[in-house]
Amino acid sequence: MIVVVALLAPLISPYDPIAQPDIIGLKNAAPSFVHPFGTDSFSRDVLSRCIYGARVSLSVAGLATVIAVTLGTLYGAIAGYAGGVIDAVMMRFVDAALAIPRVLLLIAILALWNGLPLWLLIVVLGVTGWFGLSRMVRAQVLSLRELDFVAAARAVGASSPRILIRHILPNVVPTIIVAATLGIGHVIILEAGLSYLGLGVQPPSASWGSIIQDGADQVGSAWWISLFPGLLIVTTAIACNALGDALHAAFDPRHTTGAMAELDS
Amino acid sequence: MSESLLRVNDLRTYFHDAGAIARAVDGVSFDVARGETVAVVGESGSGKSVTALSILRLIRNPGRIEAGSSILFEGREMLGLSEKEMRDIRGNRIAMIFQEPMSALNPVLTVGEQIAEVVRVHTDASRHEAWERAVEMLALTGMSDPRERATAYPHEMSGGMRQRVMIAMALVLRPALLIADEPTTALDVTIQAQILELLQKLQEQLGMAVLLITHDLGVVAEVADRVVVMYGGEVVERATVTELFDSPQHPYTEGLMNAMPRLDQKTARLTTIPGIVPPSTSWPGGCRFRDRCAYAWERCEMEHPPLYAVRENHESRCHLAVEPDRRQSPHEPLAARAGAHQ
Amino acid sequence: MNNMKSDAPLLEVSHLSKSFSSHRGLSRKKAADIRAVNDVSFSIARGETLGVVGESGCGKTTMGRSILRLLEPTAGKVEFGGVDVLGLRGAALRSMRRRMQIVFQDPFSSLNPRMTVGAAVREGILIHQLAHGRDADQRVKVLFEESGLDPAYVSRYPHEFSGGQRQRIGVARALSVEPEMIVCDEPVSALDVSVQAQVINLLQDLQRDRGLTYLFIAHDLSVVQHIADRVAVMYLGRIVEIASSKDLYSDPIMPYTQALLSAVPRPEPGRQTARIVLQGEPPSPANPPPGCVFYPRCHHPRKDEACTQIIPPLEEKTPGHFAACIKEPPRTVELLMLAAQAAR
Repeated sequence: MIVVVALLAPLISPYDPIAQPDIIGLKNAAPSFVHPFGTDSFSRDVLSRCIYGARVSLSVAGLATVIAVTLGTLYGAIAGYAGGVIDAVMMRFVDAALAIPRVLLLIAILALWNGLPLWLLIVVLGVTGWFGLSRMVRAQVLSLRELDFVAAARAVGASSPRILIRHILPNVVPTIIVAATLGIGHVIILEAGLSYLGLGVQPPSASWGSIIQDGADQVGSAWWISLFPGLLIVTTAIACNALGDALHAAFDPRHTTGAMAELDS
Repeated sequence: MSESLLRVNDLRTYFHDAGAIARAVDGVSFDVARGETVAVVGESGSGKSVTALSILRLIRNPGRIEAGSSILFEGREMLGLSEKEMRDIRGNRIAMIFQEPMSALNPVLTVGEQIAEVVRVHTDASRHEAWERAVEMLALTGMSDPRERATAYPHEMSGGMRQRVMIAMALVLRPALLIADEPTTALDVTIQAQILELLQKLQEQLGMAVLLITHDLGVVAEVADRVVVMYGGEVVERATVTELFDSPQHPYTEGLMNAMPRLDQKTARLTTIPGIVPPSTSWPGGCRFRDRCAYAWERCEMEHPPLYAVRENHESRCHLAVEPDRRQSPHEPLAARAGAHQ
Repeated sequence: MNNMKSDAPLLEVSHLSKSFSSHRGLSRKKAADIRAVNDVSFSIARGETLGVVGESGCGKTTMGRSILRLLEPTAGKVEFGGVDVLGLRGAALRSMRRRMQIVFQDPFSSLNPRMTVGAAVREGILIHQLAHGRDADQRVKVLFEESGLDPAYVSRYPHEFSGGQRQRIGVARALSVEPEMIVCDEPVSALDVSVQAQVINLLQDLQRDRGLTYLFIAHDLSVVQHIADRVAVMYLGRIVEIASSKDLYSDPIMPYTQALLSAVPRPEPGRQTARIVLQGEPPSPANPPPGCVFYPRCHHPRKDEACTQIIPPLEEKTPGHFAACIKEPPRTVELLMLAAQAAR
């Protein structure tokens, strides 16, 4: 499964310097040796577009996730560690936010705000996506807080910020990383959907979603225009999930005991 | 002279994980006769719990019981039985109770249901009959208001009460053998006293044999008839309880007894056993205890000691059995010489 | 046994209480008030070891943590070296923390799994600015040696060590800030007997070398008898008996203490145990019985209604030996009769 992930990397790095409007002559050509993914109605090589689209899709998803993770972690950690009224108020807000379907919210924002610059799209995606993560982080912080080593740090005179940063957060990192990888997969699909609807990435930039949109009318005749970006989306999302699983397993043995430790009696 | 109820012979349970083999139980043999209490004593890493689990074949991958091992119960070879046949035995002829009752009980079922389930699995008692037997068993374990308590959930009960429930579950079908894995370690000392008293009473009433796994020599002295001391996956001493406490033969047993603070003896400083248990993936050659032993000499490094018969009813896996004069010249164990650094 | 170096006690605890309230649902009303620690008073002299024993739920761990303000007491006074500990805040509280430290029970949760053990021990030194950089590292290495650990292991992670070694790391961490008193909260309960002995010896050696004072909390009576100068017995949040170690174990006054002592299994097979097996369970702290909370389980031959009328105060019965019982201790003859009855 991780091999699939490796497949993604070369997609991004050796981005073809071939500009999108390629050869004018070959209009709507089916996939061939010269154009493995075929061409679209503007005679653009679909493969190249997909490669460029990869850059866009992945960077949007990646950056949005970074924003979401940062916000979610900070919020959740503070709520969890503070406890009491502060925690209650903070989490009520999150509960309310979670009640709103993210897709609808995004559609509403993006429809009202036409022609969004790319960076703003990333910010919006990030800002709408941190709520679930903050709940997860808070839950973990709540249980970590009760562990003896935190009490030991307090006994030795550590201040609350110090405890949060040096003791609690490092132990939350595995959860965050796993959540982040899964999050990227989620945002890719989200962004693709929005771009398909015309709300996400705007031309001339192309993301996988918008490429699908371009080929939407011709699914019957020039099926390759929509198919390949679609496949890429699916594969990438699965790869992200697989990566998340693998990371989760990799982080575990350090803490939990394996079969060998059953022998300790 | 009762024929043995349980006879474990050369039991070897190894864990195979990524090339390394952990020899958790490495050639263990002992008997349990009908109605008697045998205690298996050891610390972490001795293999005592794995031994208990092996008897009921509760060992899962990557662990397995190696060929050449033999476990005879009521004359039958258990290692050759099918899984279905084993299930017939578990809970029915041989029962087991564990250290931590909370994790052994299902939190979403009432305790009465859990005990009744044991009955229904092994007999064709009706729901009503099974429930009655469950209540009866709870009463037998000394629980007050058993009929009411049977409708309670595990989390509503204290540790001592949960342990009684586990005992009720284990004994409801009157098994011939009860394996108790550290049943009182997690309990307060006054509750421990209650539970031990209960076990002894039930044992008498039901004519049951008990295989008690523990690290607490005090408990052993209280309830055991015979003792098996384990270290490094092996039996290092086997004796009746009076023999063991009167004159422990193996230096490890001796060390254990000296390391315990005793209520009636005031010593300024406890004698310790320096060093730590070696990992089960690489038992040292020769005697496994030699680095920590105050009497070890060259022979101990070269020759793995067999279980010598020291007296009637007393065996020890130590060369001191054949060269007792060496006991007069104790020295600093190797592990202590390397500093306390472990 | 008595290392009294000064006249004024180092630690003086008066009428300490700690309650937890459990709320039902979202309402602000308390469903139950759980008095984990209830009006506890005692003192410890410098260099002394006070053992605190009791069973689960007696409040000994809560009390230990409350004194250190790891939990905030609900009432009472704690004076350490004459300073009112409960009134401190900010920097003053932080410097007080240097003087009293704690060693925890569970070797697995007491160390941060994502921090090297060297960093864990060094933290206190850095916080209180006792040394910097190289000096701090050097101190850590010395502490490791003193605790019986190989200083080469400072950059390893907790999961690479055994339970006994992790307890030693915990001790090194407590020592890093040069405390005067250490609260040992069941430090050896989770260890094997042979390892337990090693750690107990270590604690005793350190006490001798550094003049430390210990509040030693444990449920294992044999361990406490070995290490403590005086012992307090707790039951349901109160101290019910307190005496010198010798007196407590040879002449326990409280019926509960007697039962506790007789419940300890002795490594002597065939010993005729005049056993007092306590029946029933400790009452729920949310709903204690009236008067003497031990009354329902008490085996005192002369217990009666009067016991339920008042909460027996902790009084000096014989010099230096305090107990909370309004009756005269049962005579030996009566106890033997009781035991004989139970055996039938």
